[in-house]
Amino acid sequence: MTFLQMIFYVFAAILVVSSLLVVTVRNPVRAALFLVLAFFSAACLWLTLEAEFLAITLVLVYVGAVMVLFLFVIMMLDIDIAQMRAGFANYLPLGLIVAIIMAGELTLVMLSGEFGDAELPRPAGHSADYSNTAALGRLVYTDYVYTFELAAVILLVAIIAAISLTLRRRPETRYQAPEEQVKVRKKDRLRIVKLPRRPEKRP
Amino acid sequence: MIPLSHYLIVGALLFAISVVGIFLNRKNLVIILMAIELLLLAANMNFVAFSHYLGNLSGQVFVFFVLTVAAAEAAIGLAILIVLFRTRRSINVQDLDHLKG
Repeated sequence: MTFLQMIFYVFAAILVVSSLLVVTVRNPVRAALFLVLAFFSAACLWLTLEAEFLAITLVLVYVGAVMVLFLFVIMMLDIDIAQMRAGFANYLPLGLIVAIIMAGELTLVMLSGEFGDAELPRPAGHSADYSNTAALGRLVYTDYVYTFELAAVILLVAIIAAISLTLRRRPETRYQAPEEQVKVRKKDRLRIVKLPRRPEKRP
Repeated sequence: MIPLSHYLIVGALLFAISVVGIFLNRKNLVIILMAIELLLLAANMNFVAFSHYLGNLSGQVFVFFVLTVAAAEAAIGLAILIVLFRTRRSINVQDLDHLKG
């Protein structure tokens, strides 16, 4: 067994076990942390496939941003875990049957001999001066440039949607009105009153 | 060396686990969202594996776009979750029957 094979099997085992724990563990915070572990091991598997850019993107975008968002939301919401777990055992047999059938079918297809070492041998690795990021960037900015722009638009829509969904105006909060502040003139705020002079009292 | 089928089997196992996760945690909306993230990861694993074994970078470009859409989906899904919790004080899927679907 070569070193690469050992790495692959170790990370694949960690990935499968941690994803099993994501869906079975009681506490949602722990589920999120196991999901972080799953993403991390998936990134390591992608490194063995020479997809360096995507592996780093997975760690940065998912572990760095999306999972922190998940943890933030889980900790902000006050979730009743016991109530959420009700019915877990009821659905377990059905879920197990579906999972075993699906995994069995897919595994049979994968092992059917179409994807073995003889039919699709593993290509020799790229040389040391090959840059996965540069090759990917060249492809994204030429052949897939419109799709790339579309992805940017999707992210913009997501930002606007998330902000406008969660933005809440409370009636009791006092807000500044900058447009009123800018428009204000001296006569709106200041009133000069001429007072008649009072005669001084002499003791 | 590692054959392609082993990567595909890892993806298939991940896919089955996330589907069973949606079955088991059908009350907790947060876990369902996490299971969907796992499902997309399983699909991405197949894309990357095929991309390497066929020597075609287009698969990796596709994964790039899937990651973008998944991030947008997670952000909007969690925003909807927060609004839901604010109005109903619950994220139990069975309490969300306002539309009577």
